[in-house]
Amino acid sequence: MATTEVERRRGHLAALSIAAVVIIVGVPLWWRTTETYRAWLPVAQINELSNLQLQLSADVEVVFARGTVTPEQQKKFPLTQTQDEEHTVDEDTALRYRYETKYRTATIMEEDALNQPTAAEADLSLHTLSESPCGSLVVYVIPESSSLLPQDVDVYVGQRRTALLRIGAQMRVGKTLDQLLAHLEPRTKQVLQVMSFSHTDITAALSDRVRLSPGNKESIADSMRAFKSSPGYEITFSLLNPDPKSHRLHWDIEGAVQTYIQPLLTKLASVANFSIDSQTLYYAMLGVNPRFDSSLGAYTLNSDSLAHVINPVEARLGSNAASSNPVLNFLLYVPDAHHSPLHIHDSKKQEVPSNAFHSPRWGGIMIYNVNSFYGPDAVFPVDLNIDMAKVMGVFLAQLRLLLGVQTSTAPSGFLVAPCSSTGLADWELDRLMWSRTVENVATATTTITSLAQLLDQIGNIVINDNIAEQVSSAVTSLQLAVAELEAGNLRFALQYSKEAILASERAFFDPSLLHLLYFPDDQKFAIYIPLFLPMCVPILLSLLKIVSDARQKRKEKQAKKD
Amino acid sequence: MAAHRCSHSALLLILCSSWVFSVAGSQETTPTGDHHAYVVDNPQTVTETAEQTAEQPAVVEEERRWEATEVEEATPDEVATDKQDTSAPDTVVHSSVPPPKDDFQEELVIRPLHSGDIYASFQFRTLWETDFLRGNKVSHYRLFPKSLGQVISKFSVRELHISFTQGYWRTMQWGQPFLPSPPGAELWVWFQDSVTDVDGTWKELTNVLSGIFCASLNFIDSTNTVQPSASFKPLGVGNETDHRFLRYATLPREIVCTENLTPWKKLLPCGSKAGLAVLLKSEKLFHSSFHSQAVHIRPVCKDWQCTTTSWELRQTLNVVFDLHTPGQGKREWSLFKMFSRTLTEACPLASSSKIYIDITDDPQGEQFEVSPATHLLSQAMVLGDRRTFSVYDLTQQITFGTVRSLNLLIRWKSSEGDMLRPLLHAERYVAGYGLQTGEIHTLMYNNHPYRSFPVLLLESVPWYLRLYIHTLTVTSKGKDNKPSYIHYEPSKDRLRPHLLEMLVQLPPNSVTEVTVQFERALLKWTEYTPDPNHGFYVGSSVISSLVPSIVAMNTNSTREQPLFSSFFPCKEESSYFMRVYTEPLLVNLPTPDFSMPYNVICLTCTVVAVGYGSLYNLLTRSFQIEEPSPGLAKRIANIIRKMRGVPPL
Repeated sequence: MATTEVERRRGHLAALSIAAVVIIVGVPLWWRTTETYRAWLPVAQINELSNLQLQLSADVEVVFARGTVTPEQQKKFPLTQTQDEEHTVDEDTALRYRYETKYRTATIMEEDALNQPTAAEADLSLHTLSESPCGSLVVYVIPESSSLLPQDVDVYVGQRRTALLRIGAQMRVGKTLDQLLAHLEPRTKQVLQVMSFSHTDITAALSDRVRLSPGNKESIADSMRAFKSSPGYEITFSLLNPDPKSHRLHWDIEGAVQTYIQPLLTKLASVANFSIDSQTLYYAMLGVNPRFDSSLGAYTLNSDSLAHVINPVEARLGSNAASSNPVLNFLLYVPDAHHSPLHIHDSKKQEVPSNAFHSPRWGGIMIYNVNSFYGPDAVFPVDLNIDMAKVMGVFLAQLRLLLGVQTSTAPSGFLVAPCSSTGLADWELDRLMWSRTVENVATATTTITSLAQLLDQIGNIVINDNIAEQVSSAVTSLQLAVAELEAGNLRFALQYSKEAILASERAFFDPSLLHLLYFPDDQKFAIYIPLFLPMCVPILLSLLKIVSDARQKRKEKQAKKD
Repeated sequence: MAAHRCSHSALLLILCSSWVFSVAGSQETTPTGDHHAYVVDNPQTVTETAEQTAEQPAVVEEERRWEATEVEEATPDEVATDKQDTSAPDTVVHSSVPPPKDDFQEELVIRPLHSGDIYASFQFRTLWETDFLRGNKVSHYRLFPKSLGQVISKFSVRELHISFTQGYWRTMQWGQPFLPSPPGAELWVWFQDSVTDVDGTWKELTNVLSGIFCASLNFIDSTNTVQPSASFKPLGVGNETDHRFLRYATLPREIVCTENLTPWKKLLPCGSKAGLAVLLKSEKLFHSSFHSQAVHIRPVCKDWQCTTTSWELRQTLNVVFDLHTPGQGKREWSLFKMFSRTLTEACPLASSSKIYIDITDDPQGEQFEVSPATHLLSQAMVLGDRRTFSVYDLTQQITFGTVRSLNLLIRWKSSEGDMLRPLLHAERYVAGYGLQTGEIHTLMYNNHPYRSFPVLLLESVPWYLRLYIHTLTVTSKGKDNKPSYIHYEPSKDRLRPHLLEMLVQLPPNSVTEVTVQFERALLKWTEYTPDPNHGFYVGSSVISSLVPSIVAMNTNSTREQPLFSSFFPCKEESSYFMRVYTEPLLVNLPTPDFSMPYNVICLTCTVVAVGYGSLYNLLTRSFQIEEPSPGLAKRIANIIRKMRGVPPL
């Protein structure tokens, strides 16, 4: 009896020690050898980013010309005045706009500049005096009697970063400074809305992060039209000639690009890189057959059928072999001799005067009728020169829309200076940069947070060091961009936000993330079961037996005691 | 997974975007509503333009994707006036057109073969006088396809040759093709000497080309890329022959089909809408014994002195139709029967558009007859031979006759006649048995009766066939033939293939045999193809040679001549360049059973479990002697005794 008891104890000890070896050595060994490599990610910082608090700061300088303030008022000018505006977009996105306003009186040189006969000249000479940095504004307050502005115009928005503001008639004299400033405030605010960021633009730029409530259709349409922010764009001009037998078309695209497009793109160089090319496609047909309208003696394309025009052409356009940037397509379609003239009609059956249309985030198409340039007895093929000024006027307008140069409507009483040769005013560029920066920041944060979420959810994904590096650099750039926005350094903010977006996209789309993505658990079981089942079942059984033995013993002991 | 980047699909867009430079007191300015696409030519309307941009009420339309473009803003005057020194900016019926810098030619050669098959060869050539590689990016394309132009400028390509071939060219039956190509895909590229990372550029280039041509060129990597030292010289101008900038790769396994033809056709300026390209219907082209399509890009001389160069894009398509495939076996061919299309016009962009029919073998019209007949004849030097062709010029309206369509008919009268045996041809096979070793035999035939000439043989063998280079023998006419030049680069496992190049003199009227033994390597299990028992392909060997010519060749490459005779530049009159590809080899490698890994897992686990189980039992169980249990008979007896109430045994 004693020997069997000893034997049993020995058996129990053996089972326990084997179980201990399996648990202490085997399981960690198995765990270590089958583990996927996951580099460290700055999860805390990413979580911080998911709660985005953006602060946009703009510097405004209000300059009073002679005759608008009295010397006593001058002395009391506050140095700077800060105005904060807070908006909560949704539960984890908040916006804060800060306008730092400085007040001063005009220098003598500026007074001279303001004495120019017209507002445009004044604008130019003010610009030559001092150049204000990117993102800032200068508002010149001029007396009511000034002849710079037409009678019914109160505010003149220049081509650079200056605006002229005419002081109201009731503010002539005898009012206190506070009253004067209070009077000016709504007007300066309007100027800011036009020339700097406005809340609608910024929320539209956040659309990647925040679902917009479908309230304002127009603003959604505006935000949908422009291309998404990207570090580069490819612009392709294509001349579609479906009928090379009749029309031999010549277009001086090189010269036209140099003259009309390049100045705009040079100006936009800080926002993105652009590359331009052009091609001629022959026998490229539209996807729909235009209907002949006998009352007009012309073929017409309805606005409903425009959606079907592009698809067959697009197959011929070809993608860019050399880069993966988004492509902006501009097509010039010259209808064949038997289908001209061709006109686009809008939904009200009215002819569209420009004979062009554009497709959001894709490009534009212009129809260019040539049938009026040769008579009925012309000998085919006819050589035709395309008037590039007309074409480029349309394409330039479409390009501005597609690039998202904002089209805010100025309130009444405003006069906006016409475009300069670059096709883009400085403040328009600023507006674009504000919204692009915010958009980049929003996109990059969303990318990074969703990548972090994804990695958190799927444990199979290998995180290599290079991905961790990209993520960290994206996070650093994002933090820098947010900080620069806060400090009001628009140019740097845009730069950092671009870096952030590049790094975050590279991390998100890295192919190494996918290597072990599909490794389902049932396959793992199939591999492990042949080994684990025969090994674990005896251990478990003997452990159970030990437990039940122990229990029985205790019971027996209790029974004995009783 | 990437839910955040799905683009919002809202379609709500306004019809008229009113991007307006507001006019002060817009109530006064009557909204005319008509928007002018201003083109400002008169400089005095600077401010006027802006002011006249009347706004149109922004009409919010329901569910609209397309927007009419409103162009309120004129192109600024300063700009317009700067440039517009010409006073007539409107579209004009032009009188003096500058000569275009690009030129397009198309050509079809039909050669009736002695076997009754028919060989059709299309050539399309686009010449463009431009410089892709200067600082300013060339980016305005007319006839030259944009996608290829971008490839050339991005990757600094000097020369690019790519071919896709289905089937093997039977030299002994069909003679020499105008442009040889090996079965499968072949790609060779010369890069500019400004390229620093040639291998990286090559990798990227193959990936881009793979996308352009819908082919598996992305499978080209270092294991099938070689840098031949002598076999592939640049065919265009340029004296840089440092083979560091050359890459050559073949994919003998590549299947060529419609999806490769469609992008190829898209590169043509007329597409498949007009000209000779309307004949390229894929269902007929791929119902043939041989199909090969190629793209060659190279710089060529513009004139005799070669003062300027232009880029040449040559697209070729060769096809051999089988006599017996159509089913009727009648020796009669027509364009309609071959391509199920007839011709009605030339490509309007082509400066020349011609069909040539090779009637050299039949000068008197005894063997076959061609209708409609043409009296336009032309002679050309092709592959060391003077050949006669009937020419049909598609740019002439008269070619199409009264029915306005051209359907060439070739009808055989007799099946006699002999073909001139090609002077050089080659074949290759694998000898040996078992799955361990083997031997590659390459046979090169010189059929010239009295001239011997040297050939360059290039073999590129994958690393998993380990060549024993010491067993290399070259014999002709039973005697050892010592190659005068051997360039051998041994392979590195999983990194690069073997490259063997040698210059061998072929004696007249002889067969030269090159043999080399190899050992088959064992691959890792992930390196096997999905169908490993099919075998592994070894690309064709390439034999390049200057073959003595019977007639004096034309050495002026810029002179006007048919496209098919002007591809390989000719340096001397007495010989012509020729390239011959052998068959690709199909070699079986030792192939494991691929369910093996799991079987191994199961088996080892079972063994481990059995061993472990018994050990475990030994260690944990306590053993005691048990009373031997009574036998079955005794137990039954006891049960019966119990029933009877008798004490058990």
